[in-house]
Amino acid sequence: MKRYSVFAIAREAARYHSGWSRAWKSPVPQKKYDVVIIGAGGHGLATAFYLGKNFGITNVAIIEKGWLGGGNTGRNTTIIRSNYLQDPSAAIYEKARSLYETMSQDLNYNVMFSPRGVMMLAQTEHEVRGYKRTAHANALQGVSTEFISADRVKELAPIINISGPRYPVLGALWQERGGTARHDAVAWGYARACSDMGMDILQKCEVTGVRSIGGKVVGVDTTKGAIDCEKLAIVVAGNSGDIARMAGFRLPMESVALQALVSEPIKPALDVVVMANTVHGYMSQSDKGEMVIGGGTDAYNNYTQRGGFHHIEETVRALVETFPMISRLKMLRQWGGIVDVTGDRSPIIGTTPLGNCFINCGWGTGGFKSIPGGGWATAELIAKGTPGPLCAEFGLNRFTEGRFIDESVAAGVAH
Amino acid sequence: MLILECPYCGVTAEETEFHGGGEAHLTRHGPDSSEQDFEDYLFQRENPKGVHFERWRHVNGCGKWLHAARCTLTLEVFGTYNAQTFEPPKHIKDAITAKRPGWTWRTFS
Repeated sequence: MKRYSVFAIAREAARYHSGWSRAWKSPVPQKKYDVVIIGAGGHGLATAFYLGKNFGITNVAIIEKGWLGGGNTGRNTTIIRSNYLQDPSAAIYEKARSLYETMSQDLNYNVMFSPRGVMMLAQTEHEVRGYKRTAHANALQGVSTEFISADRVKELAPIINISGPRYPVLGALWQERGGTARHDAVAWGYARACSDMGMDILQKCEVTGVRSIGGKVVGVDTTKGAIDCEKLAIVVAGNSGDIARMAGFRLPMESVALQALVSEPIKPALDVVVMANTVHGYMSQSDKGEMVIGGGTDAYNNYTQRGGFHHIEETVRALVETFPMISRLKMLRQWGGIVDVTGDRSPIIGTTPLGNCFINCGWGTGGFKSIPGGGWATAELIAKGTPGPLCAEFGLNRFTEGRFIDESVAAGVAH
Repeated sequence: MLILECPYCGVTAEETEFHGGGEAHLTRHGPDSSEQDFEDYLFQRENPKGVHFERWRHVNGCGKWLHAARCTLTLEVFGTYNAQTFEPPKHIKDAITAKRPGWTWRTFS
């Protein structure tokens, strides 16, 4: 792999950019791999990358039914934060956030991580108390957050209307080191690094069956033929239930559509990420100038990657109240992704009823921000066969044993 | 936007007049059940790609709970029916079979 650098750009500029090589290979599947990872989204590629980097396992295939990063990795609102209430969540999301800080250097790929700060508005007395509690919890967890006043909110984001008639802004939970990153670049950067380590990324290769003998996975059937493996990892977000069914077990989750939209590009107006969970909408401004807006999930199970239009109306209504200046903005694009939501709104990373099959799923609406942390933990799980400290509490058995990591209460709805 | 018909008051209305209530036909387990049974009842879901049975409440109408049969891949609604039942009535099953040949009613846990 040729390194990307300012010298490489200068060299290529002198020869009409004729010397760039492909960022990743498109290989023909081998008969067998040590590890097969289903799903070449952020989490699947990160899992493969840390398997190679931390454990030296490089005989790996990453199988993707569409194109890499074409699912939720390319459909989210790119927010990165780790201000969670529960200790296990704060630990894994903070690990992810800290890995994002050096990701561009680690991958030699510019993921445009922008630690611009994330604020979660408190618009009711209950939210004020809840966020103060989260700030105290974060202090104990070593995650730097603070509760800031409404005046400070106005200072950081002057376009916010803090004295709205329905829900005036009373303060905010502020994580200065949170921010955004280029979501596609995260997938592309990991893919390039994985391909460079000799791993095979098999795109347009859909898994049609999981073969197991005596409680152990021996391989998968795909649209490009059968592929054998020593270990299997299922990292397919919204489609987890479907793959689990092929493997012969069930998951405590449901797949629903989550929508986002972007406006026409405007001049720089907002240099932080703002989340308003009471009125339910969140917004940041991309480098192109578009307002990136995320809303809520539908009330029903869905695999269509589109949701009900009334949710967009609700989201936009809430944001117009919070940011009156956007009322005449035109919206350019709107899309949906299928997220896998568990009973306690926390992810599942752990072993499955099949001994050599591991799963990373259930991130619900918080998958993007956790990509490096989730990949790090899943790689450790696959390499050692047992969960490491980052994901010990996130196993499937927590639903039987009642040890929930209850972020649906702690973090509201928007992740 | 889904269009649902309330089997009680006969009104056909948009989804915003109803409120989704999750998977239907779950087996409830009582105090003496095993932990696995409780997990099945509280958390395990079919989450199928295809025919799904679910509960809705006609909140901005008669207020009653109803069941709907719907496809999660196309968002097509096969029909709605009374919630006081352990499995979908025959006309709903027939309507699904007409659109999805080979479909079978499973025993939900």
